[in-house]
Amino acid sequence: MEEQLKIDFEKLLENSNFSKKNAEIKRKNFDNFIEKGFPNRREENWKFSDLNQIISKNIKNLSFYNDLSKPNKIDQSIYIDGLEHNKIVFVNGRIEKIEFDYEEKNKIEILDDLVLEKSNNTTNSLLFLNNAFVSKYFKLIIKKNYSLQKPLVIYNITNKDLVSKNINLKVDIFLEENSSLKLIEFSNDKSTTNFININYNFNVQKNSILKNYKIDNNSNSNIKYCFNNISQDANSVSEIFLLSSGSEFIKNEINCNLNGKYSSAFVNGVFILNETKHHEIKTNINHIVENTKSYQLIKGVLEDTSKAVYQGKIFVDSKAQKTDGYQLSKAILLNDNTEFNAKPELEIYADDVKCSHGSASGSLNEDSIFYLMSRGLNYKEAKKLLINGFLLDVVEKITDSEIKNLIKNIMSLKQ
Amino acid sequence: MREKQIDKLKDYKYGFTTDIENIRAPKGLNKEVIEFISKAKKEPKWMLDWRMKAFERLKNLKEPNWQKPKYPKIDYQDIYYYSAPKSASETPKSIDELDPKLLETYKKLGIPLQEQQRLNGIAVDAVFDSVSVATTFKDKLNEVGVIFCSISEAIQKHPEIVKKYLGSVIPLTDHYFATLNSAVFTDGSFVYIPPGVKCPMELSTYFRINASQTGQFERTLIIADKGSYVSYLEGCTAPMRDENQLHAANVELVALDNAEIKYSTVQNWYPGDENGKGGIYNFVTKRGLCKGTNSKISWTQVETGSAITWKYPSCVLQGDNSIGEFYSIAITNNYQKADTGTKMIHLGKNTKSKIISKGISAGFSDMTYRGLVDISSKAKNSRNYTQCDSLLMGNKCGAHTVPYIKNKNPESNIAHEATTSKISEEQLHYCQQRGLNPEEAVGLIVNGFCKEVLQQLPMEFAVEAQKLVGISLEGSVG
Repeated sequence: MEEQLKIDFEKLLENSNFSKKNAEIKRKNFDNFIEKGFPNRREENWKFSDLNQIISKNIKNLSFYNDLSKPNKIDQSIYIDGLEHNKIVFVNGRIEKIEFDYEEKNKIEILDDLVLEKSNNTTNSLLFLNNAFVSKYFKLIIKKNYSLQKPLVIYNITNKDLVSKNINLKVDIFLEENSSLKLIEFSNDKSTTNFININYNFNVQKNSILKNYKIDNNSNSNIKYCFNNISQDANSVSEIFLLSSGSEFIKNEINCNLNGKYSSAFVNGVFILNETKHHEIKTNINHIVENTKSYQLIKGVLEDTSKAVYQGKIFVDSKAQKTDGYQLSKAILLNDNTEFNAKPELEIYADDVKCSHGSASGSLNEDSIFYLMSRGLNYKEAKKLLINGFLLDVVEKITDSEIKNLIKNIMSLKQ
Repeated sequence: MREKQIDKLKDYKYGFTTDIENIRAPKGLNKEVIEFISKAKKEPKWMLDWRMKAFERLKNLKEPNWQKPKYPKIDYQDIYYYSAPKSASETPKSIDELDPKLLETYKKLGIPLQEQQRLNGIAVDAVFDSVSVATTFKDKLNEVGVIFCSISEAIQKHPEIVKKYLGSVIPLTDHYFATLNSAVFTDGSFVYIPPGVKCPMELSTYFRINASQTGQFERTLIIADKGSYVSYLEGCTAPMRDENQLHAANVELVALDNAEIKYSTVQNWYPGDENGKGGIYNFVTKRGLCKGTNSKISWTQVETGSAITWKYPSCVLQGDNSIGEFYSIAITNNYQKADTGTKMIHLGKNTKSKIISKGISAGFSDMTYRGLVDISSKAKNSRNYTQCDSLLMGNKCGAHTVPYIKNKNPESNIAHEATTSKISEEQLHYCQQRGLNPEEAVGLIVNGFCKEVLQQLPMEFAVEAQKLVGISLEGSVG
């Protein structure tokens, strides 16, 4: 694979006109990736999901260069129905459409072709890969005191033309003071066996609100990694909801720094898995200053031979007194061959804090099924009702009612 | 007031050294030293071969480095691997023949052998440095057929049992420190309880590191045959020294059908001074195998000493209906560090495990609970309950919880809970209002916090442990 990487990297430099400085930084990142390679289970972070193995098992002849010169057709039928929204559409890793029909134009700024920053003190090899191969680097800025009228949907579409490719996307979203954004990331894949590596950086300034809903619902054989870095200023709120269901493998990693007083972060997630799917959610909530709050709720329903992993960490700095941190993960295992692994971690250096976590996994409660069946439901219906109730608990945490209904529809949960 | 407390802290109760001539193997880790140890212990050839196999394996192993407390590199060539009191080279026939100075040391430790023999009804196998010097109550145990002796004696007298079980729970190749122990272990206890016997008394060992620059590598093997029961106590202390000493013991427990083993530890190795200088590195491998159906292994530990504690007493629940329990109190103060917890590996059907862990950190210390609950796909109808609570005193210390939960079985249930808190002002105020000084108040509250675990300890130990909890936290309030 190393040879392929080198050939593809040179091809990328040849075909794109990066500035000298940019090319230099890219090469550095590339060298770092070559040195580290894809992460494997020897890294604590990847203990339960050996990406190196997963990629070599699922993808043959992975290539890294992606020709973005020709536009792709957008399949309009996949647009979300019944919800007025702004759009950014990526097809096979190429941006095809930016449409903010509902907003004041001067309140939103979009920069493309950003130059990578040099100082990047990460050890995450997938970020190195992303930095090395990403061809365009976008930044979306929401101006001061502006709240978007309608939600923004970022469509991430892949079509049949894409096979055994690595796609890298990098998007920065900057919310200036007093602004707010509702963002839905919606992926729809008709492609097979690709490795998609996405990096979001959110900067949420004072008094701003970010609501981020990630929907991965349609079944496909791609391997995905999504790294979300969120830094929050005073009084800001971030709400993240993950529907983790469609892809063969996806790892959503959320690194949230609560840098300002009274800032809070909510992470809610649902795994609905079947067949051989293997999904992971990894969170890292860092309470850096006083009076910050975080809340995490993750639930999963696993069928066939699927596997779900939740690694959640709450870090409390010694300065972060009066922190309130909560974490709960639950899973229902429906088959003999399913697996749920959890690592709910607390790292605490301050004494006046309230932190707790819980984790539970097991089967459906037979007594509850019996009760429902005695009321006339058949076994299948009873099971379905219980599972829906179990998952609804998480969906109900969504604060935006319009989007909540949309997600309920997608998950086919009845009102 | 503060200074007074610090002065008090300096005064580690067990910080004396005993002036007894030692026989030492040459410094360093090599074939010759292992041969020397084996020869000094008059071991049969198979034992030496076993050690050599471990030593060969050790060459390919690396020290693990995933733990939270980091430590400076240990120079394994700079350690004496064998040190025995000279007077023990001719084994004394009775306690009265022991070196009086040695007996004096035990007295200071609070375990006067003769006294205990008469009054307490506890059989003590005292390990002084590396050689077991006296074993009491042999007669009474012999009567019911319990074998309680040093491991070196067992190797000579009961080779068939030792051969069968040694390394069956912690294999030679397990990990760096376990393998190191397998190569150079010097002494330890051996217990065999015959079928159907309930051990008539609590068995107890007292370990003590005396000579400087020695590592202590003891090896304990406890086998409870079908339908038997044993409760085993272990206590540890070491004198004050500036350099760090390594303690890498291996403890193996095997419980056959319907057998129960209760293993309690009160660990109070020298924790280093208030600036974090010196102290013991307590890197111990403890593992119990519930081999038979309906067997039960229960670990209880009170960890107050050591500069770094790094251990995970574990249960492998192989037999159907077997039960594993883990009760732990870990207290760190000053610059102490601990990374401790347990592993519950469910293999058999209807297996149950329970984990109660209480961590208390004060001063500049750092405490980590790390635990694994692994339910395999064959362990139908298994249950686990885990509760780990941490108490923080001040904002210079840390308390961390790192549970690993793996469930591969839909018919099993796992529940995990953890909380982190501090002693509330109201509680302190209430106690002080009733006339307790701040330190007594903290002691009382902390003892209440730990009560669930302290209750698991045998009476004699529970009293000592309660006092230790108080002593360990001295100077942490105000």
